[in-house]
Amino acid sequence: MEETLIWKLEAKAKEIRRYIILMTAAAGSGHPGGSLSATDIVTALYFGVMRLDPKRPDDPDRDRFVLSKGHAAPLLYAALALRGFFPEQELITLRKLGSRLQGHPDMRKLPGVEMSTGSLGQGLSAANGMALAARLDGRDYRVYVLLGDGECQEGQVWEAAMAAAHYRLDNVTAFLDYNGLQIDGPVEEVMSLGAVADKWRAFGWNVIEIDGHNFREILGAVAAAKETKGKPTMVIARTVKGKGVSFMENQVDWHGTAPKADQASRALEELEG
Amino acid sequence: MAEKIATREAYGRALVALGAANPDIVVLDADLAKSTKTIDFKKRFPERFFDFGVAEQNMMGTAAGLAAAGKIPFCSTFAVFATGRAFDQIRQSIAYPRLNVKIAASHAGITVGEDGSSHQSVEDIALMRALPNMTVFVPADAVEVAGAVKAAVALDGPVYIRLGRAPVPVIHGEDFVFRPGEAVLLRPGNDATVIATGIMVAAALEAAAVLAQEGVAVRVLNVHTIKPLDVAAVTRAALETGAVVTAEEHSIIGGLGSAVAEVLGEHCPVPLKRVGIRDTFGESGKPQELLEKYGLTPADIVAAVKEVLGRKGKNS
Repeated sequence: MEETLIWKLEAKAKEIRRYIILMTAAAGSGHPGGSLSATDIVTALYFGVMRLDPKRPDDPDRDRFVLSKGHAAPLLYAALALRGFFPEQELITLRKLGSRLQGHPDMRKLPGVEMSTGSLGQGLSAANGMALAARLDGRDYRVYVLLGDGECQEGQVWEAAMAAAHYRLDNVTAFLDYNGLQIDGPVEEVMSLGAVADKWRAFGWNVIEIDGHNFREILGAVAAAKETKGKPTMVIARTVKGKGVSFMENQVDWHGTAPKADQASRALEELEG
Repeated sequence: MAEKIATREAYGRALVALGAANPDIVVLDADLAKSTKTIDFKKRFPERFFDFGVAEQNMMGTAAGLAAAGKIPFCSTFAVFATGRAFDQIRQSIAYPRLNVKIAASHAGITVGEDGSSHQSVEDIALMRALPNMTVFVPADAVEVAGAVKAAVALDGPVYIRLGRAPVPVIHGEDFVFRPGEAVLLRPGNDATVIATGIMVAAALEAAAVLAQEGVAVRVLNVHTIKPLDVAAVTRAALETGAVVTAEEHSIIGGLGSAVAEVLGEHCPVPLKRVGIRDTFGESGKPQELLEKYGLTPADIVAAVKEVLGRKGKNS
């Protein structure tokens, strides 16, 4: 059973990665690096974990996903389209005038987008608010949130970390896409996060460290988070920026640069393989 | 005008009253519940009250999430922190996605007093007014606060409510109906108009009474909704009286004075004088001393009216 799910996730992740390349190439801008690094996490959530009905995007009992690192919008859009929230053909309109697929996610434009994000550091607070609402309403939905490592330099992240632990939000599961690179260079050089796992632990979180490209570990972390009572869970997922495209992997320049036509063809060829 | 009540007191009472009727109302504070008067709500509905400590940015962001899940959060803190410290969160997580978050900003303006400039918000109206989707209420008295809070609950979208620390006269009777976006004609007159907001409404009425004794009939318009501004009432006042003075406990840059100037400039230019804080930070002092030092007294409004009358070419 689990084998079947993992094959399915691997196939979906490949499709999503291909779309990330196609979409950013067509747009001529966007953020492929951090979309590819988090692809396996988001794929696991949308195709293996979350309770969702694309026909009822406003179902009050749905699980929520907040893309705090909003620049990974191509990844979110590809996952939503493949999950059936809107037609796949629309993916190619990314960043075009009049499109529902804004450069960063706009919850008022596209069904399935739970929060408008893009200004870094704000997603965890919003996720906490949804989790508090679930508690007030006696609903059992869970809230997932994806943060970038550079993003954790924002002070608000730590305000939210403190509050989630204070209010014992065990229905919040956060993923840290720990790819080690931000726009200006390696996170370690730009502004080190130091002992990041210890920091989250010290803030009162259940911390799990995994390989962010291993579906068994991702699913295992989600299951462990569901079992954890009285505290939120942070899954620190070690990832590779640009994962899946050899010439993009671990290259800081692919943070916010779209592939040109020939680069896109090479990337797609690799992703076929 | 015997009775005096601080608008923040009225806010605390209004929250409790509406909270009893609407279980979706939740109240958030940032370690100032005793000052913002949300403590009353906390006592009555502890399960719907959340303190975020000294962390306004997270409070605003969490409110956005609560609103996205169907709640009606009221975020309360001092105006200077609500709008300054958390401006980006209000912009990105509340106004842009048009979420149903109400921001109740107490201790606005210089009348917060002795705490000095770090605690005196003189630019909050300008900041909130510039945000698309944001409605901006500046109640003049306790009765308007009750109406503004009720209107904010009924309105689906972000709302900023500006409240003060010091007790202010009650202007309206209990039968007053707060209609968002509708300026209130408090006194008729055709020589000039004073358009006032917040605590300056009472001062405008005093000024009008003084001017009446000198034979000058001043119209007093109370603008409790800065955005959307009642363009029709402002334009009509300008056309019918030919001279306008604005009065606000806020910088003359970006607040009511600017909003009125924009309307007049586009529709019907007439002599205009803005009474407000003149591009400066405040300082420590008693509220009354500060109002005098920064030119926010009834006498300052009287002088401003005389100036515009002079420019109008009448009574000069």
